[in-house]
Amino acid sequence: MAEKRIVLSKCGSIDPQDIGTYIAKGGFSAFIKARDKMKPQAIIAEVKKSGLTGRGGAGFNTGLKWELARNAKAKAKYLLCNADEGEVGTFKDKYILSNDPFGLIEGMCIAGLAIGAQQAFIYLRNEYHFLYDPLVRAVGQVREKGYLKHMDIQVFEGAGAYICGEESALMNSIEGMRGESRYKPPYPPTRGLWGLPTIINNVETLMNVPHIINNGAAWFSAIGTGRSKGTKVFSVSGDVSRPGVYELEMGSTLRELVVGLAGADDLKAVQIGGATGNILPASMLNTPLSHETYLGSGAVVALNSGRDIIDVVQNDMHFLNDESCGKCTPCREGTEVMLEIFGRLARGEGHEGDINSLDALARTMAVSSLCGLGQAAAVPVLDSLRYFYNDYIDRINQSHFLRSYLSGELFKSEEGIR
Amino acid sequence: MVPSKKEALSENGRAGLLPALKDRAGREGSLNRESMSGLAGQYHLPLNEVYGVSTFYAFLPVLPTGKNIIRVCRCLPCHLKDAQAVIGSIKKELGIAPGETSRDGKFSFELVSCIGACDQAPAMMINDKLYGDLTPAGIAEILKSY
Repeated sequence: MAEKRIVLSKCGSIDPQDIGTYIAKGGFSAFIKARDKMKPQAIIAEVKKSGLTGRGGAGFNTGLKWELARNAKAKAKYLLCNADEGEVGTFKDKYILSNDPFGLIEGMCIAGLAIGAQQAFIYLRNEYHFLYDPLVRAVGQVREKGYLKHMDIQVFEGAGAYICGEESALMNSIEGMRGESRYKPPYPPTRGLWGLPTIINNVETLMNVPHIINNGAAWFSAIGTGRSKGTKVFSVSGDVSRPGVYELEMGSTLRELVVGLAGADDLKAVQIGGATGNILPASMLNTPLSHETYLGSGAVVALNSGRDIIDVVQNDMHFLNDESCGKCTPCREGTEVMLEIFGRLARGEGHEGDINSLDALARTMAVSSLCGLGQAAAVPVLDSLRYFYNDYIDRINQSHFLRSYLSGELFKSEEGIR
Repeated sequence: MVPSKKEALSENGRAGLLPALKDRAGREGSLNRESMSGLAGQYHLPLNEVYGVSTFYAFLPVLPTGKNIIRVCRCLPCHLKDAQAVIGSIKKELGIAPGETSRDGKFSFELVSCIGACDQAPAMMINDKLYGDLTPAGIAEILKSY
């Protein structure tokens, strides 16, 4: 099955440094329509009806979120674009920002009208510093065209912290604090940046908005599955011959993406959604990709038959342990202990109790961590235990063998004979 | 840009702190006690607050760094493409381990979280420049250009 390009439709066919080329392709027609012919409530109703959901991983209904902020009474409201793409294996937003910054800015202009925000920020990760100047220039060109009279957009650069992609940590970071997660509720649409109503949307989410305004909710909701409308942009890497960014209709199968488009061969497993993503065995390649099944941020890492699943999960855990903000105990200590256990398993010092410990820890973290990082850190652990249990058992058995070999126990009986 | 006392003490007065820290770290390589206490003064914050913010972020070093910072990605997609061999090659070239600075002060070497170049794995950044599709053999030439 071929790609279905909506979000990426202008990538490659415009000059990302020249707004004229974007406008020539119909750019900003959606904004002008929304500004001149639609009331904010009508914009929100359209987006709500389209079924557009957050593309950063959580999958919340975008229109519904906007409505909460719209209805909140406050002296000011903020719009934040989350371009802190830090999830392992994700590079789709980098591709979008590099090739079509105007599509994002148009989406933000419309979102600003809808929720009544006067100030917006694009929170760009430090690792994408090379995009900072081009983005600032693109915003400048939009401002010159007079499309930013209702709201200003500032590009705010992060300083290197995965957790700042979590919405409350992102707000703390803009406020000049440590990027630690906040307790929820209150949720950002009612109390966000500096305590004021704030909408935080992923780059890809906002990219969809102009298309919905131009083509209508009915057009958009006809694409995809029951709860997952539209398309999804995936970043594919790992053991594939054509790594890259692909846009597919929601509900397309893992096989179409990883084997058909990216050219994977001899697969053992696939991790979907980054370091906190599900690990599925190759036997599940016919699984459709959607919010109903597996999706996350759209990061897909392919693992061939030569890969060691314990090594993979150990690498995931190393990352999560490093990036845990340290505020809540289950995540801070849980990732630490898990990393220790994986280290033991990897060194050939594991024992049966380790499996139970991992399982118990993962379940505890999933229900008691403050934010998504700690809650989802359990996912690759539990999935690997479910689908690759024998890999753990084999490793532990090998460890027993190795230990007894090294301690000389293995040869005791032989000595007896002698 | 130094905020006035009124600005600094206003509700969103700290908004300038992170950009100011980044600016300082960018110009001086790292944040020392003087620059942190200077900013603490400007923003009417205790020094420990500013230190707490600085140490939270990977791109705000509080210990002296080399002139150039090498950041090699050690996350899964790069790990699968044998980032370990690239790390080994850098170790050999510079004679330092991750977390260390070369004796001539030219390079600091760090292992970092995903830098979003998984389609070009293994990848690294030197300062703000991205290098993808690395091979252990190609490392020496890249380092020579600094």
